[in-house]
Amino acid sequence: MSYISDIYTGIKTLLTGMSVTGKYFLTSRKGAITQQYPDNRSTLKMFERFRGEVVMPHDENNEHQCTGCQKCELACPNGSIEIIWDRGIDEATGKKKKFIDKHIYHLGLCTMCGLCIEACPTDAIVWAQNFENSTYDRTQLTKVLNRPGSKVKAGVED
Amino acid sequence: MNISLNITETIQEWLIGFMPEGVASILGMSIVALIYLAIFAVAGLYLVLLERKVAAWFQLRIGPNRVGYWGLFQTMADALKLVSKELTGTVKADKFLYNLAPYFVIISSLMALAVFPFTKEFQAFDINIGIFFLIAISSVGVIGILLAGWSSNNKFALIGAMRSGVQTISYELSIGLSLLTMVLLTGSLQLSEIVETQKEGWLILQGHVPAVIAFMIYMIAGTAETNRAPFDMVEAESELGAGFHTEYSGMKFAYFFLAEFINMFIIAAIATTVFFGAWLSPFGITESIPWLGVFWFLGKTLMLVFLMMWFRWTFPRLRVDQLLTLEWKYLLPINLVNIVIMAIIVWLNLTIKF
Repeated sequence: MSYISDIYTGIKTLLTGMSVTGKYFLTSRKGAITQQYPDNRSTLKMFERFRGEVVMPHDENNEHQCTGCQKCELACPNGSIEIIWDRGIDEATGKKKKFIDKHIYHLGLCTMCGLCIEACPTDAIVWAQNFENSTYDRTQLTKVLNRPGSKVKAGVED
Repeated sequence: MNISLNITETIQEWLIGFMPEGVASILGMSIVALIYLAIFAVAGLYLVLLERKVAAWFQLRIGPNRVGYWGLFQTMADALKLVSKELTGTVKADKFLYNLAPYFVIISSLMALAVFPFTKEFQAFDINIGIFFLIAISSVGVIGILLAGWSSNNKFALIGAMRSGVQTISYELSIGLSLLTMVLLTGSLQLSEIVETQKEGWLILQGHVPAVIAFMIYMIAGTAETNRAPFDMVEAESELGAGFHTEYSGMKFAYFFLAEFINMFIIAAIATTVFFGAWLSPFGITESIPWLGVFWFLGKTLMLVFLMMWFRWTFPRLRVDQLLTLEWKYLLPINLVNIVIMAIIVWLNLTIKF
């Protein structure tokens, strides 16, 4: 008698499926997941873990947390990060100290793998969530992450 | 309100006023044909839009909403684009059959529209073998699909067309037999008479259990007949490109596409006429206003079209062997038993009549 029970279970399971999609259909108005992108530009917020581009946050005193250790430069598999550094005299201690001149980031080379951010011991570089990265000229994709005149935050190196 | 809905007679009488009778009847038929063509070309476009909107709602999306208010002109724009596109073809295609195939498909589906009773007297062609005519015409379309697949000189198109042949010819049986079950109740093939008998209750109520079984079989077979998912073996995007119309572009592609949606409307309209009382309103609430019948007919048809869309966006696709198992091992035997049950019910007068 499996013939009749097959028909019964067949119809039953099909109706179960239809009730599931039917519920979706009825509640679709509330739950629409479509983002109407250019229209909602002002309110659109990307997710926290979205990888847009690498940035170096600066605080209000124009201080960053990069010690110039170059771990990010070494971690990068395709050479997107280039650090130009120098040695100078630390004013507080009078010792010789390494500091960064330019933290150069090639967005055009970056594959958003995130290894540099994992490698950074001081959380100096983080992911930004902006995704409108297209430009008319690729030279604009080469960015200097530390702002001019910025210096390393005191106490980061300890 | 006194609108004359019998368009064929109205136009012919108006034409006879200033030309000989023979010319007038031919011209009258052409005018009616053109009116139907215009109405259903636009209706087909809006069915496409409805499908896209319904699909979007089932998948928690929004659907087309850019062209015109609420996306209402989206498919119009698509049609304009398709008209302006180049008609391409393969080098070694059988040119004559290749060009002929889309017309087979679209003409056969438009011909079927002529017999539907949209409301009392609003019926272009009240043929006395209406149901038979519909079944016959709806199987002509498959010739177009086979021709298209064969003449494209493309392996995928040919496989798609052959699958279509297998599928349509198998499911034709179920459509015919399930409609035959209902014909046992009405005792007539003429669509206007089928509607007359339903004034004592829609046939799905009159025939109760076997009628409901027949309706379910009809909807399954109808979905398969129009080559829609879950039975879209023919177009099978995942394995065959676009199936039989892989090599078509522009307006010829649009004919196939439009025919698919008009076929869906036809399947739903046959179900409306045979099972749900065509233009009759429930409990006869608007019987005094005859032109409201169009509203009831289209309303019921769109409900059934929606049901088919619901199937499409719920069920997983079948394999070819599962498709044939469903038809030959399940639908057909059930259908044959169902006819016997219906015959016994009609014989013993167990039908429900109000």
